[in-house]
Parts: sequence; C-alpha cells; structure tokens
Amino acid sequence: MSQIWLVPAFPLLGFILNGFFGKRFGTHFVTFVGPLAVGMAFAQSLVLFFQMLEAEGNVLNEHLYTWIASGNFEAGINFTVDQLSGLYLLIITGVGFLIHVYSVGYMKGESGYYRFFAYLNLFVFFMLLLVLGDSFLLMFVGWEGVGLCSYLLIGYYFEKDSAAEAAKKAFLFNRVGDFGVLSAVLLIFLSFGSIEFATVNAEAATRLEFGGPLVTAITLLLFLGATGKSAQIPLFVWLPDAMEGPTPVSALIHAATMVTAGLYMVARLSHLFVLAPFTMNVIAVVGATTAILAATIAITQTDIKRVLAYSTVSQLGYMFIAMGVGAFGAGVFHVMTHAFFKALLFLGSGSVILAIHHEQDMRKMGALKNKLPITYVTMLLGTLAISGIPFFSGFFSKDEILWKAFSSSFGSPWLWFVGFLTAGMTAFYMFRMIYLTFHGDSRVDSHVAKHVRESPLSITLPLVILAALAVIGGFFGVPHVFHVIPNGIEVYFHDFFAEIPAGHGNVSTEWTLMILSVIFALFSWFMASRLYHSGFEIASGLRSKWEWAYQLSLNKWYVDELYNSLIIQPGRLLSTHLLWGLFDQNVIDRAVNTTGAVARSVGNTIRPFQNGLIQNYALIFTIGTFLILWYMT
Amino acid sequence: MLTIFYIFAVLSVLGALGILFLRNPIHCALSLVGTFFCLGAIYVMLNAEFVAVIQVLVYAGAIMVLFLFVLMLLSSKDSERYVNKWPVGKILAGLLSLGIFIQIASLFTANELQLGSKGVYPLEVVEEVGSITLIGRLLFTDYILSFEIIAILLLVAVIGAVVIAKRRFQ
Amino acid sequence: MIPIEHILLLSALLFIIGVLGVMLRRNVIVIFMSIELMLNAVNLSFVTFARSLDSMTGVVFIFFIIVVAAAEAVVGLSIILSIFRTRKTLNIDEFNILKW
Repeated sequence: MSQIWLVPAFPLLGFILNGFFGKRFGTHFVTFVGPLAVGMAFAQSLVLFFQMLEAEGNVLNEHLYTWIASGNFEAGINFTVDQLSGLYLLIITGVGFLIHVYSVGYMKGESGYYRFFAYLNLFVFFMLLLVLGDSFLLMFVGWEGVGLCSYLLIGYYFEKDSAAEAAKKAFLFNRVGDFGVLSAVLLIFLSFGSIEFATVNAEAATRLEFGGPLVTAITLLLFLGATGKSAQIPLFVWLPDAMEGPTPVSALIHAATMVTAGLYMVARLSHLFVLAPFTMNVIAVVGATTAILAATIAITQTDIKRVLAYSTVSQLGYMFIAMGVGAFGAGVFHVMTHAFFKALLFLGSGSVILAIHHEQDMRKMGALKNKLPITYVTMLLGTLAISGIPFFSGFFSKDEILWKAFSSSFGSPWLWFVGFLTAGMTAFYMFRMIYLTFHGDSRVDSHVAKHVRESPLSITLPLVILAALAVIGGFFGVPHVFHVIPNGIEVYFHDFFAEIPAGHGNVSTEWTLMILSVIFALFSWFMASRLYHSGFEIASGLRSKWEWAYQLSLNKWYVDELYNSLIIQPGRLLSTHLLWGLFDQNVIDRAVNTTGAVARSVGNTIRPFQNGLIQNYALIFTIGTFLILWYMT
Repeated sequence: MLTIFYIFAVLSVLGALGILFLRNPIHCALSLVGTFFCLGAIYVMLNAEFVAVIQVLVYAGAIMVLFLFVLMLLSSKDSERYVNKWPVGKILAGLLSLGIFIQIASLFTANELQLGSKGVYPLEVVEEVGSITLIGRLLFTDYILSFEIIAILLLVAVIGAVVIAKRRFQ
Repeated sequence: MIPIEHILLLSALLFIIGVLGVMLRRNVIVIFMSIELMLNAVNLSFVTFARSLDSMTGVVFIFFIIVVAAAEAVVGLSIILSIFRTRKTLNIDEFNILKW
C-alpha cells in the first residue's frame, strides 16, 4: 500500500522539531534535521514515482481523513499521485533537498538559523500538500500555506524595513489572486456539486457549455489566482521585491516551486481550460506580454538577484504561453528544466554574494572567474541552458514551447514572434550578467577583494548537481523532429492532458524556426560579449543615445508608481474620507454617543422624583396601597 | 350599651382629629392620650379587660409620657412655619385617604362578612376563668417562642436607644 | 351586642386619620404620634375580631403589637433626638438627605 502521507509528513516533522526545539538543541541539530526531512521526503517520492508508473491508470490514491461531511457535500483529506503530481513531487523534494543542503553553508552563523530551516521545512510541507491534494480544498490549503511561508521567509530579516515591506507586498498581491481562486471554486461547486479534480476534469465537457460565459468566468478567475501566485501581469510586482529574502529562499520559492503553483493548477485543470478558448487566448497573450516586459526590464538591472527575478517572471510567461496554446506537457517540461537552471543560477549568485561579503550590486563585481571557479563554471552552464543554446535543457523545452506557440490551433505567429524576441533578450541579459560578474576588470571593493575565495562544499556540491541536471535534463523531452529518441514528455503524459484540435505546420517549418532561434540566441550572446566583456563603459556610451528607453527599463516601466496612483492613493482617500470620516465618525460614533446621551437625559428626568422629602415618599406609599386595595376588591 | 359605645367612639375620633389639626405638638400629644383612654373603654366593653388595662398603663402611661418628655426636651421655637408648597399634595392625600377608607369600609361592611372558624373560648369561659389567666396560658404554651423573642427585642431596643441618643464625647 | 361593623368602621376611620397625619403634619414627633394612632386602630380591629370569633389569639397578638410599638417608639425618638442635635429643628422638610 502506498504511503503517500509520508511525503508531507517528513517536512512537517522537520518544521515541528526545528521550530520548537531548534533553539534549544542548537545548530547541529537543525543542520541534521532540516535537510534530512526533505531528503527522506525525496526518497519516498522516488518510491511513489515508480509505484505510480506501475499502477493501473498511473494513479495512486490515499484517503486519510474526512474533513467536512455536511449534507451531501463531502471533502476529505485525500492524496493523489499521478503523472503531474509525481513529477512535481520529484522536483519539489529533489531541488528542495539540494537547496536545504546549500542553506547549511549559506546561512551559517546567522542568528535565527533554526527559524530559517523551520520555515523552509514548513514551506516544503505546504507545497507538497498543494500538489498532492485531490481537491480544490486541499490544494487551496497548500496554496495559502506557501503564501504564508513566502511572507515569513521574505521577511526573514525582519529588522530591515525593506524586507518587511516586501513581505507584505508579496502577501497582499497573492491575496488578490486568492480571491480569484475562491470565487472560481464557488462557481465550480455550484456547477459540479463537487470540488474534486477527478470529478471536475471528467465531467467538464458534459456539464459546461463550450465557450460559454460560465466556464469562461471560472477559468478567468482561476487564471487571476495563477497570475498572483506565478507573478504575471498584473500581479507580478511582488516578485522582484521578494529578493529581500535570503538567496536560498529566492531559489526555492521564487524560482523552482511556489511560482509554479499557478502553472500546476492550470495544468491540473486542463480539461476545464480547453473549454474556454477566450481564456486560453488571454492566458497566452498575458504570458507573452509578461515575458517580453520582464525581459526588457532585466536588461538594465544592476542587482544580480533582480536580473534573475525578472528572468523568472519572463520564463514564467513562457510557461503560460505554453498553457495558453494547449501545450500543457511542454509547459510542465519547461517548469522542470527551469527549476533546474533557475535554482542553479540563484544558488550560484548566492555563492558570489557570499564570497564578496553580501554585495549584490554588479557594479561592484567583476573578474571573479578565477577566484570562484566552480561557481563560474556552474553558472555558465546554467546561462547556456536558459539561453536556449542547443542540447542544453533549456533549448529543448523552450523550443518546444515556441514551436507549439506557432503551430497549435490556439497559437499564432505573433505569439511565436514575441517569444522569439524574448528568447533573444534572455540570452542577452543572462550573458551580460555573466560578463559583468565574472569577466573584465575587478570593481570589487579592495578590502573585500583580499578575502574572496570559493564557497565551501555544502554550497558547491548542490551547484554541481544542479548543473548536471541543467545539462542533461533536456533529453527527457527531445522533440520528434530529431528522430533519435521518443519524446519522453509525450510518452510520460500520454493521455493526461485534454485534447485540443490538431495544429498546423510541418517539419520543415519546425526546423526553420528552431534554427532561427538558435542563431538569434548566439547573436545575442555575441552582442552581450561585445558590450560588456570589460565592464560598463561601452554600454554606458550606448545608453546616452537611448536614455528614455533606459530609464523606462530601469524603473520597471513605472508599474509600481502606476499602481500607487491608480489604486493605492484612491483607496487611501476613500478610506480616510468616506469610510472613516463619514461613516465611522458620523454614523457609528454618533449612534453610540446618542445612546449614552439618551440614557443620561432619561436619568435626569426621573431623578428628581427622589427628592428626599419623606412625606412625598409617604404619599407614594399611600398611592400604592390604594392601588393594591383597588385591585383586590 | 350601644349609646355608651357611640359616645366613646365620637370622643376617640375627636381626639384623633386633634392630632391632625392642633398646632402645638403638646396639645396633639394630650389629645392622643384622650383617644387612648376612649379606646381602652371600648376594649372593656368588648370583654378584653386585660388589654384595656395594658393599653392605659403602657400606651397612655409610658409611651405618651415618653413622647411628652421628648417634646419638652426638644422644644423648638419654630412652630410650623412652613411654606405651603404642594397644595396639590394635600388634596391628593385627602382624596386618596378617602378612597382607602371607602375600600376598607366596603370590605368590613359587606353583607356576607366571611370570618374564619370559631375559636374555643366563648364568652362564658372568658368570664368564668378570667382573661388574664387565659392570656397567660396561651403566652406561655402556644406562643412561648414569640414571647421570648419579644423579650430580646425589648432588650435590643433599650440598648439601641441608649447608643443612638448618647452624646459623643470627644 | 355591639354590631361588629360599627367598631370596624371606627377602626378604619382612626387608621385613615393616622395616615393623613403622617402625610400632612410637619412636626416629626407629631408624625410619630400619628403612627401610634394607626397601630391603635389596628389593635381595635384585632380585639373586635377576637371577640366575634371567640378566640384569645387576637388578644395575645395585641399584646405583641403593644410591645413592638413601645420598642419602636423608643428607638425612633432616640434617632430624632440625635438628628435634632445637628439640625436644631423638628421640621420634616429639613430631613431630606435620603436621596441621590
């Protein structure tokens, strides 16, 4: 019998032990418990993965507990492992384990060490809950839980104002998305009478009218939630600020796992989404727009983590393009490869940051490739992967998406073109980052430069492992055109996702497009090297000609300022003048005060009755006696 | 017999009205003493000689004397100088009293005046044994508890009066 | 014999006069005397009923009433005495602190 519950139980146990006893038992205890918890979860995930492959229908189910049983509505805590969640399990626990090991070295000496690992374990627990749940209920518990842990971990350095603000920002933007998810769940319950994924997917086609308003509303609301969690337009602005958290947090939460929750949800409900072509178009367009927008911003950023953050937003846009054109498998494939190379890049940047004493500004880096060789090589491999250089993992997944964007029945050449441009820009800014960090002359502060040396094993070992995965991970999903090995992704997911009408396009077009993107990527690499191989000077000269574009890019297209003036300030005015001034002060306070005043005035009227004159009291006695006698006779 | 009763009744009412209308409080006290005497006479007519004697001895003799002592002790020169506020009050009081009188009177003079069951001491027995004997018997057998409690009450009253009225010496 | 109703009417009349005295007179001690008058009116009706019911219980009760009246008069007068020491007056309108 498959013990699915073990997988989330280990990190939960880790959280409890680290959280409650970590401070008492010291760093060695936490170092032991934290990564081990996730490691055990990974081991069990492997076991479950192979069990699932053997199982009938490729699905394992486990019923734990009936949470709500009211009337004819029942919601239980049930776990399901199928192709989608099985893959996600491996990614979460595997990459999570590597990041935990990395954190041992990175967070060494920090106060609150135990707190970090407790929260990290808790995060893994909630993420596992999210992907293992068989119904919206459990998924939403995990959804909220990862939002909470994201808040806790972004605000890990809670004494810093900027960190606290960033944590709040992340949580609030997530909340807007959650509203969308909850509304969608309500609508689904009304339409289906059940909130289990299996039921919804199976009956979607029969219960909901194709392209009708109900299914469009449901899917749009779900997508709103996805934009919050996975940082798409309009709710993406929290992700760059979330870089205030420690680098392992950025790697785990904001690259590999939490931000893919939105994609998980869309992939899980593929049968629902294909019934709403309008939503599919919206998803693809939003994804494409986000991808190119974020890429333009990343070109000018000077903080190394910001570059990676915007890169993440951009890559997530790619995945949504895939979902939007019905290439669910390709999207999930890119989730996997992205987890590998983005985590690698973040961890590598963390290694650099650690080596130069917590400096994150690329204007103070340079010429580090000899001093940090392992970091350099691994980050180079990661950059090659993300740029789509052939035979690295990013090449296969990204190309698959671009091809499907062009050829799918939901796709269009315009989508392909935007993706194509974005790919080029991605290569450009990623190599820019490499050159500025590792090549050229050293701009590092002199007193720091003396102590720069390679990071310890606990940091470099995960880097190496992730680099290996980034290189070979792509061969899992080799497209058909290569005719070498079957496309692993298609074999793996065989009938899992919903069917869409067949696309157009032929083999020669596919080859053409592929070669075009490769050439463009190499060209961008070349441009980046020309501009940045010796630091900022050459690029600065170029900048003065295009100052307006530079400012627009550097200031994130002023999106935050736009939100501030459109939403926040009116909201504040509304609250202050209307809700507080008008309603709270005038209505509520006045009601309360009037009640008090009425009581007082009534009292004042009745009080003179008791005037102390004894004969008046006697008179009242007599009145009473008279009345009583009257009543009796 | 009836006429004697009516004479004493009228006298007692006159005495009572004296309390109401006489200015000088000592005159009021004396008129009340007169009322007590008349009531005592009526008690004799009702074959309750012991009560009559007690009434004159205790009520008229002790309590009213006490009143007179206090009156003379506290003679204040302001003889009812008061501002006549609340004339309405007086009228109201008068009306109410009249109303209550009518109610009680109607109760007492109902055609079928329903009384309780008869006791065991008819007139002959009272005349033969004597009311004092009978009262004594009842007091010390059936009502002994009340008797004791009254004794304690008197004791408490005496102590209370001394405590309340004594001068506070610094 | 004497018809009971007449005696009872007398008792009621005396009682009412006592009530009027309490409500209308200003001198505290006179009010007290009116209270004593009320008690006596009740005594009269007790005796009447004792006679008409051939019972001695009523008479015993009168005994108790007289004792209680005596005790009450004593205590009441001593209170008036001590109040007089501060107020220096016997006008009941001056005894008006029994209020808020």
